[in-house]
Amino acid sequence: MSNPLPRKFSRRTLITTGLAATAGVAGLGVAARLAQKYGLIPPDHSGIYGLGETLTYASQRLLTRHSLAREFSRSQISERPFPNEIEPPTDEFKRLQAGGFADWRLSISGLVARPASFSIDQLKSYPSRSQITMIQCEEGWSYIAEWIGVPLSQVLQAVDVLPRARYVVYFSIEPDTWESIDMADALHPQTFLTYGMNGSELPVGHGGPLRLRVPRQVGYKNVKFITHLTVTDSLKGFGKGLGSASAEAGYAWYAGI
Amino acid sequence: MGAPHDTISRVSDSACVPSAASAVPTAVPTTTVPARHSALVRITHWITTLCFFALLVSGIEIVISHPRFYWGETGNDLTPTLFKLPIPASRSLVPTGYGYTLPDQNGWSRYLHFQSAWLLVLTGLLYVAFSLLNGHFRNNLLPGKVDLSWRAFSRSMADHLRFKRPSAAEAWSYNVLQRLSYLFVIFILFPFVIWTGLAMSPAFVSAFPATVNVLGGQQSARTLHFFVSLALVLFLLVHVVMIFLAGFWARMRAMITGRMITGRAAASKEGA
Repeated sequence: MSNPLPRKFSRRTLITTGLAATAGVAGLGVAARLAQKYGLIPPDHSGIYGLGETLTYASQRLLTRHSLAREFSRSQISERPFPNEIEPPTDEFKRLQAGGFADWRLSISGLVARPASFSIDQLKSYPSRSQITMIQCEEGWSYIAEWIGVPLSQVLQAVDVLPRARYVVYFSIEPDTWESIDMADALHPQTFLTYGMNGSELPVGHGGPLRLRVPRQVGYKNVKFITHLTVTDSLKGFGKGLGSASAEAGYAWYAGI
Repeated sequence: MGAPHDTISRVSDSACVPSAASAVPTAVPTTTVPARHSALVRITHWITTLCFFALLVSGIEIVISHPRFYWGETGNDLTPTLFKLPIPASRSLVPTGYGYTLPDQNGWSRYLHFQSAWLLVLTGLLYVAFSLLNGHFRNNLLPGKVDLSWRAFSRSMADHLRFKRPSAAEAWSYNVLQRLSYLFVIFILFPFVIWTGLAMSPAFVSAFPATVNVLGGQQSARTLHFFVSLALVLFLLVHVVMIFLAGFWARMRAMITGRMITGRAAASKEGA
């Protein structure tokens, strides 16, 4: 009992701890490099919740890159789909609505070979697809509907996306309403430019005439009244660089959970 | 202190009880007494505590945005509920019967909820892996054969129902009800709360649809998540009450420093 310290801090303990700490730091560095290279770092990775957000995005991206959102049978379609609150329509929206949305345009710009602008009818000229999927709000409520539209990948193919593309940023006619998704979600077969619901036109309450459906992410990524898409390799130039208006309002950019 | 035979049977089945504890307490220097709780148990216990509170607060905030519960795949403000919480909501469209709306806290709540969940899951994995390797589960948590006899079990139950203070020797080991509740929390409630949480994630269930289908749907998963969380809160309340009953500072000291108060101090503190 004359010298109790050596037992606690032996040379071996010090060396082992030192090596483990060095390996840990080096391992984290390598992991961060690899994550950056394979696009596993979300734009809102800084800040106190950045670590959790990065873990969620990276692990879900690794697990779900090609997985399909659950599809339901026609009998499971909700009889009472809840159209969440929408902002009072702008004058611009009212004008387009009065014309039956005939003049609604979706413009596509950014890292594409042929920037273009589509009317709803032009989008409808592509083979129409439908999916019966659930939309769930981050608040906790949900409904199942048949969503009819054209896969975003098909439209992106038409404008010829450049290989350096990493994100698609999409904007609503509502002011300050925009989101972005990575190419895994943008090219995903269930990501639709949606113009119909349950066999009819997409109602305004649910985002008509055009809503982007991203069924593997919660409601707020499914932006209503889409008018513009831009393809980019970096989200730094958009707003505060966090990737979406929601992220700027304190909500996670990636919303797969 | 309980009857002598109590102490002996209680002590004899536990592998972690130091010989000094079963003898008549003497002035044993604290440095020679082994730690009541290993460093791993202590560190993971307090990280879990921290995460649990973060999950609880953020979980309550998230529930407040839609305090209605459903069964099956879907449910919303237009559909009938399984039950509603009689509280106001943080979203104006939810029919709560209150004339006002609480401030929206979901942004940071969701961030904090998932970040704490990650930390809790990683801490839990570390705890389970090491506890399997070093025998913590086998030695300290699995009830012994003697404990599982009806007599021993009913005696432990009766002691609890009478709010009997545990003896000093009992402080070195867990009693059978404690062991069973800890095992239930570690191997049933925590896995189930993680599972029901993940079953609400549209991306996670796209890769593993069975995880939500066997629960009966996404809204069922949400409702179950709520009830398992309630069960965990109930455990926490009982856990804290028992700590007060057994001697708050002695137990806190043991879980923070690893050391028990021994000798005369223990005898007076434990009310022997």
